[in-house]
Amino acid sequence: MSDKFKNAPVLLKIKDLRIEGYSEETWVPIIKGVDLTLHRGEVMGLIGESGAGKSTIGAAAMGFARDGTRISSGSIEFDGMELTTASEGEKRALRGARIAYVAQSAAASFNPAHKIIDQHTEAPLHYRIQKRLAAQEDAMELYERLRLPNPKEIGFRYPHQVSGGQLQRAMTAMAMACRPDLIIFDEPTTALDVTTQIEVLAAIRDIVDQFNTAAIYITHDLAVVAQMADTIKVLLKGEEVEQAPTAEMLDNPQEEYTKSLWAVRSFQRPQKARPQGATPLVSVQHVDASYTGGDKVLDDVSFDIHEGMTVAVVGESGSGKSTTARVITGLLPPTQGGVMFKGEALPPSYKDRTKDQLRQAQMIYQMADTALNPKVRISEIIGRPAQFYSGLSGTKLKARVDELLDLIELEPSKYYNRYPPELSGGQKQRIGIARALAAEPSFIICDEVTSALDQLVAEGILKLLDRLQRELNLAYMFITHDLATVRSIADEVVVMQHGRVVEAGPKDVMFTPPHHPYTDLLLSSVPEMDPNWLTTLLEERGVDNVGEAADV
Amino acid sequence: MSLFVIIYFIALVAASCLAAYYKQRSAFVLLFSLTLISFVLGIVGGAGALRFVAISAGLLAFAAGVSYCFREFLVVIAPTALGKELKTAPLTAAFGMFIIFTYAIAGIFAPWIAPFGESEVIASAFAPADDTMLLGADQLGRDMFSRIIYGARNTVGLALSATLAAFFMGAFAGLLAATRGGWLDQVLGRAADVIMAIPSLIFALLMLSIFGPQVFVIIVAVAIIYAPRVFRLTRAVAGNVVVMDYIEAAKLRGEKTGYLIRKEILPNATAPLVAEFGLEFCFVFLLVAGLSFLGLGIQPPTADWGSMVRENATLISFGEITPLIPAAAIALLTVAVNFVVDWMLFRSSGLKE
Repeated sequence: MSDKFKNAPVLLKIKDLRIEGYSEETWVPIIKGVDLTLHRGEVMGLIGESGAGKSTIGAAAMGFARDGTRISSGSIEFDGMELTTASEGEKRALRGARIAYVAQSAAASFNPAHKIIDQHTEAPLHYRIQKRLAAQEDAMELYERLRLPNPKEIGFRYPHQVSGGQLQRAMTAMAMACRPDLIIFDEPTTALDVTTQIEVLAAIRDIVDQFNTAAIYITHDLAVVAQMADTIKVLLKGEEVEQAPTAEMLDNPQEEYTKSLWAVRSFQRPQKARPQGATPLVSVQHVDASYTGGDKVLDDVSFDIHEGMTVAVVGESGSGKSTTARVITGLLPPTQGGVMFKGEALPPSYKDRTKDQLRQAQMIYQMADTALNPKVRISEIIGRPAQFYSGLSGTKLKARVDELLDLIELEPSKYYNRYPPELSGGQKQRIGIARALAAEPSFIICDEVTSALDQLVAEGILKLLDRLQRELNLAYMFITHDLATVRSIADEVVVMQHGRVVEAGPKDVMFTPPHHPYTDLLLSSVPEMDPNWLTTLLEERGVDNVGEAADV
Repeated sequence: MSLFVIIYFIALVAASCLAAYYKQRSAFVLLFSLTLISFVLGIVGGAGALRFVAISAGLLAFAAGVSYCFREFLVVIAPTALGKELKTAPLTAAFGMFIIFTYAIAGIFAPWIAPFGESEVIASAFAPADDTMLLGADQLGRDMFSRIIYGARNTVGLALSATLAAFFMGAFAGLLAATRGGWLDQVLGRAADVIMAIPSLIFALLMLSIFGPQVFVIIVAVAIIYAPRVFRLTRAVAGNVVVMDYIEAAKLRGEKTGYLIRKEILPNATAPLVAEFGLEFCFVFLLVAGLSFLGLGIQPPTADWGSMVRENATLISFGEITPLIPAAAIALLTVAVNFVVDWMLFRSSGLKE
């Protein structure tokens, strides 16, 4: 596939790039000698776990070193110009005009105080490429090409008045404003729902094709990069693992590490059937809920969770998944209906529940960073529930903490006295699990537990949860928007949209057609490893209406 | 041309050359521009101006040297973890710590350090400095130096206890308001607003005229004036912590408010609170000194820097700097505390200069 670029002129050539970061009074290498050659019109995917140095390389391609980092050696040659020695003024002239950057969170990158189109035209005006009116017309044309609804008018809105997916597309349009030679996409779809992701991916791919722009596409999602990139480069801890054209890389990865990345999604476990005639462990019955004074967020939500089973609740953001969890835990008392636990009604507010009722239902959070108190030792974080519920103390408590640490596969002696900031993301999530287990619950709510983690780490967490379920007979309510996760560990699936349960049933039934149209949309939107998946899907759906997919 | 001027310029030029030779660019620019400025200064102000520059530079270098040594000293005697932190402290912070340390020693060991008692009349009024009296005598013939030493104990002690009182009241109310929320938050917040709406000095004067100028009343009045500021800060800091998932987890576990405040919120709020404590201490200190100056603070014959300024104020019209010495003591401590607080703020917030 990259053969077609053999003859294209080289746009960006990075040679033996080394970048160091300043931490604890010494310079630590972050990027350890990476080479990269990008031809005009070529899209290169950079993949790797967090901390692999993807974003650092992306920034370096603009000649930019983030605060606290420095480019220590190597060369970055952009279209014949050496960026490592270029003056700040020369680099500034390049950025925006010839190299553009699309950040992960468009919501955080747009200035909320200015209209979208004013921010769009800022660069062309600044570089005197176009007059204001011409630039605005050009912006509208770009919006149209990116299939934004109402392209003539949408630019005159403020960033908070458009949806996340639209904003991300507007940001891509903004990057195209000066028709740059190179765009750096830094995880542009990671923060989006699957259904929205498709539109953005399609839009980015089209526009990059149309203008023959070269791009560096940074992501940790292999399926996404398979759709976008001509070449894939795999990074690990600041070093290149391998690079190959996309098709070749997918079919025949050479290195062990790449193979392990590819195999991540293969984790499966046998599906369990509902026990006959048993009372459900947790039963959500006709629940309506709303936040103070607001509209109904949940509307007649009912589903059951049986002992030892995993129920996955899926839906895009805003569909009421997490609100349901808040109702079950008692943080948000429902306005109608209620929650039954082992056939008994639970008091609507957690404040009225008994210690034992609180103990039975535990929660694992999405962001392990905010779920663990950074100023409390691991031993105390895990030990507190054990001490609180079971009244353990002294050596018994220590033994229990050690046991729990063993259970989550962290060595007790090593982690006992550490603080959460000293741990990696996956380890923190494990501590979160241990804290939930310390209460000896029969039911755990997992709120997007793997979505903030790298795929390899996420798989480890899923395996751990699965093992714990078998050993301790736990029931899980698994909130997620990632259907790959659902496929691997769920027994039953509940699909939610706009605060309602759209469809519910055992996994095998749910994953075989016919589906409810919304379930179908969700299912077909999950990127697959096949590089032609997006093309096929767009053909199936019809290119023109893909832009409205999220508005269903 | 006097010998001093010749030596002055030779020293400056030699230092500039050395700096240039060893590629110390900023030092070189500083030294050489000082040389150029000195040419002008020498012509306009004569040798006196140059002597002033030399003395100032010498004092600055001395202070820097003392700060450096004091920091190294602290690093050596402190445990390793703390020592590592101290090593990152800028010289200004080390200087601040040194001054605070000196004041603390003076205050704690005042009866042993001071050559005379604080209300002991040993000379005639406004007697000039001599061998037994380092700084001369005050308006009643008491030793100025001894009174400054005792003043460290009285004024700083009072300010410290008032700050502590304000802090405990404010921080406790703030934490409670943030955790409980609802009507308690509203009541406490509005109460704080009411107190802040009254001009602080007038409020203090009012309280002191009603209840009389006793130490206890001063402490309570000052604490009430400053508690709302602490309350606001604590509530804001704790408010950011309360929304974290780990607080939710603790609440769902069924933890009581006491545990939440003590174990979950407080450890995350200490850094800004400690910095605020230093800042608050300066304000309280100035207010207490101001009250004494107005005659409503610590009552005579107890030595106190604020009232010492007032009592000796007449001397200023005779060109004596004696009344400025206690004022300078106040200024120095305030600056020193601020230096330390700046460093703590820098550490706690990652604030860039």
